[in-house]
Order: sequence, then C-alpha cells, then structure tokens
Amino acid sequence: MSNKEVFFNPFSKSNPVIVQILGICSALAVTVKLEPAIVMGLSVIAVLAFSNVIISLIRNTIPTNIRIIVQLVIVAGLVVIVSQLLQAYAYNVNKQLSVFIGLIITNCILMGRLEAFAMANRPWPSFLDGVGNGIGYAIILIIVAFFRELLGSGTLLGFQVVPQSFYDAGYVNNGLMILPPMALIVVACIIWVHRSFNKDLQEK
Amino acid sequence: MNRQGNLYTIIYIVALVVVVGAALAFTSISLKDRQQANVEADKMAQILASVQITPEPGQVIDDYKRFITDTYCVDMQGNRIEGATAAFDVDVDAQSKEAPDKRLLPVYECTLDDGSVKYIMPMYGAGLWGPIWGYISVDADGSTIYGTYFAHQGETPGLGAEIEKPKFREQFDGKHLIKNGAFVPVAVVKHGLAPQGNEDYVDGISGGTITSKGVGAMIDNCLSPYSSFLENLQAK
Repeated sequence: MSNKEVFFNPFSKSNPVIVQILGICSALAVTVKLEPAIVMGLSVIAVLAFSNVIISLIRNTIPTNIRIIVQLVIVAGLVVIVSQLLQAYAYNVNKQLSVFIGLIITNCILMGRLEAFAMANRPWPSFLDGVGNGIGYAIILIIVAFFRELLGSGTLLGFQVVPQSFYDAGYVNNGLMILPPMALIVVACIIWVHRSFNKDLQEK
Repeated sequence: MNRQGNLYTIIYIVALVVVVGAALAFTSISLKDRQQANVEADKMAQILASVQITPEPGQVIDDYKRFITDTYCVDMQGNRIEGATAAFDVDVDAQSKEAPDKRLLPVYECTLDDGSVKYIMPMYGAGLWGPIWGYISVDADGSTIYGTYFAHQGETPGLGAEIEKPKFREQFDGKHLIKNGAFVPVAVVKHGLAPQGNEDYVDGISGGTITSKGVGAMIDNCLSPYSSFLENLQAK
C-alpha cells in the first residue's frame, strides 16, 4: 500500500467507524452537539497519530506477550497529556468533554490501528495511518453531530439555525435525536448510503 | 538478550512505566499554574454570570476585581465571621454537607455600574449523574433574585444539562426569597404544577426531572442557612 492510500483509504473505503465498525461507543456519546464532536475528533487524531508513531518506533523491542499492555500504557499516557493540555489551554472545551477525553483510552480504533498497523510498519506510514484514521473517525462524528444538533436542538455550533417562525408555526425539536439510540440510527443511515455508493463493500 | 524472556519483559515494562510516569509528572508540574489560574478565572466568571455580567475573554480577572467589591463569610445568625477563610477559597461542597449552624457561608458583594449592590451566594448539590453547583444573586432587599448561574459536571445533554441554559436560569429572575417576612426557598416544580406552600416557583425541565429536583434541593439546602442574613438585609 502506498503512503497515499494509507492516508486516504480510512476516509471512505476503510473508514474506522462505518466500515471497520470501531469506536461506535464514543460516536454515540459526544455527538449530541457539534462542538464537542469536533474537539473529540481532533483529540483522537492527535492521540492516534502520536501513539502510532511511538509504537512504530519501539515495535521491534516490545516483548510479544505484553504488547497490549505496552500499547495501553503509551495510549493512556498520551491521553492524560492531551487532557492536561486542554485543561491548561482550552479550559471551556475541556469542561464540556470532561470524561470523554479519558475514554479515548478505551476507543477501539486506537488499539485496532496499533495492533494492525503500527506494530508492523515504519514510523512515517504509521503517522499517516494514524492521522488518516483519526480524520475518518472525525468525519463521521461531525456528520452525526450535524444531524443530531440540527434536528434535536435546532442549533449548529450553538447558533440558532431553525428560524423562530418555524417554531411559531408548530415545529418542535425532535427530543429523540438527543438520546443515544438516534446516534446508532444515524450511523446506520450513513453506512447504508455509503454502501449503496460502494458496491464492493456490500456483502453477497 | 532474549527478547521473549521473563527478565527482559520485566525490565522493559519497568523502564516503560518510569519513562511514561516521568513524562506525565513533567506535564502535570509544568502546566499546574496555568490550570490553577484557569480554574480560578472560571470560578470568577461563574460568580459574575450570576449577576448577568459576561466578561470578554481575558477580561475575567479585571472585571471580577472591578465588580466584586467585598467578600466575607457569615454564620447562620447572619453575623460576619472575622478571620475566617477567604470567601473565595471556601469549599462550598464540603460546607453544604455540614450541619447548617456549623457552616461558613460565603457572600460576594457586587457593586454594579449603576451603584446598586447585589449579594451573591454559592450553592452546591447533586444532580442525576454527578454534582451540580451554582450562584444566586439577590438585590439589596435580600429577597428579589437578580440572577442565577447553574453548572453541572455530567448531566444528560439536552435534558438535565439544560439547567445551565438561560431559558431555565432566567425563570428565577425577579422571584422572591422572602415572603411575609419569612425566608422561603424558590421551588422547582413540574411544568404546569404549583407547590403547596406560598413560595415562588419555576418550571423544572421535562425529561430532566431528577436534575430539576436536585436544583430545588440545592437551593433549599444551601440558601436556608442564609435566611437570617437575608432577613437582616430586608430589615435594613
């Protein structure tokens, strides 16, 4: 696989969320509003890129029987550092995301990419793979959050977009969009649309 | 050395943990001052929010110094406690769990541009998933609510978390804490209902019943010890 493929494939053809079906749990948790979804996406890109590079650099020294533990220690360390940086430089966003930053540690995309890619590849492709998969994850989060915030709260990034005249005419925000099940349904709709355009992904 | 041997594995993991631990300790120490400053500035912004002042980014500390003209602690009889912890440093969480007569009750006096004085009192309580807290400001008559601020750690977005939205907070403005000369906390009740007593009330959040009840309980628990202080204000 060329570096270009390594970087761009996760956007669509091997997207971590809608093709590999990884990281669904956080896609439910942080997509009620658009802003936390964007910050979560950025945080995952950063953690995934750096943990991929670090694991790739030390991949030949890691004893096989404790490799998962080593990966976890590195990921956990990076997540705490990201969380500390957010507390120092983006305090308000950190307040919104609170526990979800910590939960990046348990994001299956990270362990998946570390095991499947970084353990077997050189640092530069690993970095590209990390950034690519992070972006692939962020895209889906942003799409889901867009629909959930628009239909659930009538706002985007906190700004009112559904005009007051709609509400006066009897329109109401869909409270169901705010609840976790709708995130699953939105993700499923994205998978449906995505597969109908990518025939090769359809199961026979 | 055998890379799959036990000795190598143990040395490897110990070294890794030491390196990662050192990196974390370094990050934590080097960012600590900034984080502490953020926490304090955030608290100041929350206090100002209860008197409906939203400072520009970076202006929080200046605005706090300009508007908050006095801070002190009172006891349950409404007397000022001299030599107590600075009001800003009082742990409202710990105080709210003490018996009312043992509490340190912080008061922030805010002088607005038009010269009117507001009294701000902190609150702390429990929502559905975690702590909720807030500030409530009253006019110089000790009764009329001028503004409120509510925050939460992890209430459900769109449901319980709506307590921090202006739509919920603004309901409190103009409500009275003193009725017929006696202190009564503002109640939070289900939309369309009214409380049994004569206290003022606001609508809770539909779908956020437990959080709404938490707000009501927090107001009751945290403001009741101030009743003498507020009644003294009114008597002035």
